[in-house]
Amino acid sequence: MMHIHTMISAPAPGWLPWLAAALACLLAPAARAELQIDITQGVTDPIPVAIVPFASAALADGGFDLAAVVQHDLDGSGRFRSMSRASMHAAPQHAVDVVVADWRAAGEDYVLVGRTTAEQGGKLVIACELLNVLTGQVVGATHFDATAATMRRVAHQVSDFVFEKIVGARGAFATRIAYVAVEGEPPAQRYRLYVADADGEGAQVVLDSSRPIMSPAWSADGQWLAYVSFEDRVAAIYVQQLRSSQRQRVSQRAGVNGAPAWSPDGKKLALTLSGSSGNLDIWVLELATQGLVRITNDPAIDTEPAWSADGKELYFTSDRSGGPQIYRTDVATHEHVQRITFGSSYNARARLAPDGRTLAFVTREGSDYRIAVQDLGNGGVRVLTRGSLDEAPAFAPNGLTLIYAGKVGGRRTLATVAVDGQVTQRLKADHGDVREPVWGPFTGN
Amino acid sequence: MKSNLMMAVAGLAVLMALAGCPSKPVLKSSGAAAGTAVPGGAGSGQNGAGANANGPGDQAGGAGAGAGTGKEGASAPVGVARLIYFDFDSSEIRPEFVSVIAAHAKALSANASIRVRLEGHTDERGSPEYNIGLGERRSQVVRRALMLQGVAESQLSTVSYGEERPAVAGETEDAWAKNRRVEFIYLN
Repeated sequence: MMHIHTMISAPAPGWLPWLAAALACLLAPAARAELQIDITQGVTDPIPVAIVPFASAALADGGFDLAAVVQHDLDGSGRFRSMSRASMHAAPQHAVDVVVADWRAAGEDYVLVGRTTAEQGGKLVIACELLNVLTGQVVGATHFDATAATMRRVAHQVSDFVFEKIVGARGAFATRIAYVAVEGEPPAQRYRLYVADADGEGAQVVLDSSRPIMSPAWSADGQWLAYVSFEDRVAAIYVQQLRSSQRQRVSQRAGVNGAPAWSPDGKKLALTLSGSSGNLDIWVLELATQGLVRITNDPAIDTEPAWSADGKELYFTSDRSGGPQIYRTDVATHEHVQRITFGSSYNARARLAPDGRTLAFVTREGSDYRIAVQDLGNGGVRVLTRGSLDEAPAFAPNGLTLIYAGKVGGRRTLATVAVDGQVTQRLKADHGDVREPVWGPFTGN
Repeated sequence: MKSNLMMAVAGLAVLMALAGCPSKPVLKSSGAAAGTAVPGGAGSGQNGAGANANGPGDQAGGAGAGAGTGKEGASAPVGVARLIYFDFDSSEIRPEFVSVIAAHAKALSANASIRVRLEGHTDERGSPEYNIGLGERRSQVVRRALMLQGVAESQLSTVSYGEERPAVAGETEDAWAKNRRVEFIYLN
């Protein structure tokens, strides 16, 4: 069941009706969702779009309401305000049938029209056009092949198409996230690693354990997850192929085995090892040879490695200066270690934006732990969240959004915040604590 | 990319087999896109490392303040607390727990066959992996204190759970104080 709880504080009194409409049509396809989405803050001036219901291919597409998923994606981004179906005066399915003046009069900037047609062998073709209502021009047209089973994914690809045409940046709707859900009260808790669509739908359990699971990390091709599991009562790092569920235990050395991070080329894992002496340092494990290279050698806690996009540098957390701060070193020589963060007594768990220009991390403000971003060019820091126990930020593959874990009303929930700070939404689990979200890569069309 | 990774992992499997490493678990795919691996149950032995078989109930102490509430082995000294607590962001042993550690050291040094696992924990604040580091530091401080009092290194192992296994739920100072702890798990 899709749960949408939208709690918009400020804008747009006129858009509650469309919400009800969106809710009604989204409640129809009963797919179980692990997450609910609350938009807690959107842009002050969202772009008005009309997503006209697509012509359906009757039985072949299973009655799937593609336009409703697109509407939900776009509204969920906080950057758009989609028109309610009840207020639509017409339902064109081709660009040539769109009377732009009518949509302009209704206050829309863009109209998306499309249709699903059935071909032989259960194949479906989804075609759509996006019109700029102010100019009357078709700003883009696209089509996708689908089957009844892939309609939801194609819907997210249509959302990506609309997003890119209007915003000018690649959308991240057709991507996946992984996260850990913890259920039950201490000390008898259950830990599950999930992979779900970026909107929280289609959640699948990857690993189910009575002992902690931590630090899921995607391979660059989106086919594998690395994670830490305590299933043997000691920490071990596994890599697991999602399609087959085949996995390999790649590190179960004495002491801490933690914080795995795939190199951009997929051949190595950066990780944290302590040995029996308990001194955490960063190492790089070459998966093909199991060769280990030590990157840091310091009596402090060194952990939470993150690769630069070119794979030449590692950012990591170290408390060598007293409290945790972010440092950077080059992988080849690891001779020069440079401190990157200042300004707070606690800066930890860095992640790099895909373009390598921005660092996201956890920072302490007073007694609160929040998500901050730092411009690596000019050093400017912005704190993006207002929670008191926010942690584990991870970038969307388009670099526009961060997903993180926060705590609201005693529950850990997932939330996203736009890197420009304008949009915040919360993804709430049906039950249990949800933590350590990581956003998977783009996976092609 | 995909083939690189496949080759890397395949190569790893071969090398590990050659090196005589424990065989990897082969998780059953449930046929669909994503199967479910279920460790920790009866099948955990195939992972090649689960030396102890305490069963799922090995919850070690829990919310109780200390003396002998766990299910661990019979070798634990009677009437000695198996939990010690720490101040925020600190791994210093508080004065009131010096005698607790001394009592464990006495029991352990008197019988070299006794094995203890020291489990370090933190409260929930801050970054999970950094908290693994803090929990490890706490368990190491206790380990070194025991060794200084005559316990053999081979009797002791450590594991840090960071903030992942709280003793109690809640966002209060009291709950956090109960979660910043090292637990003594007697393994035999």
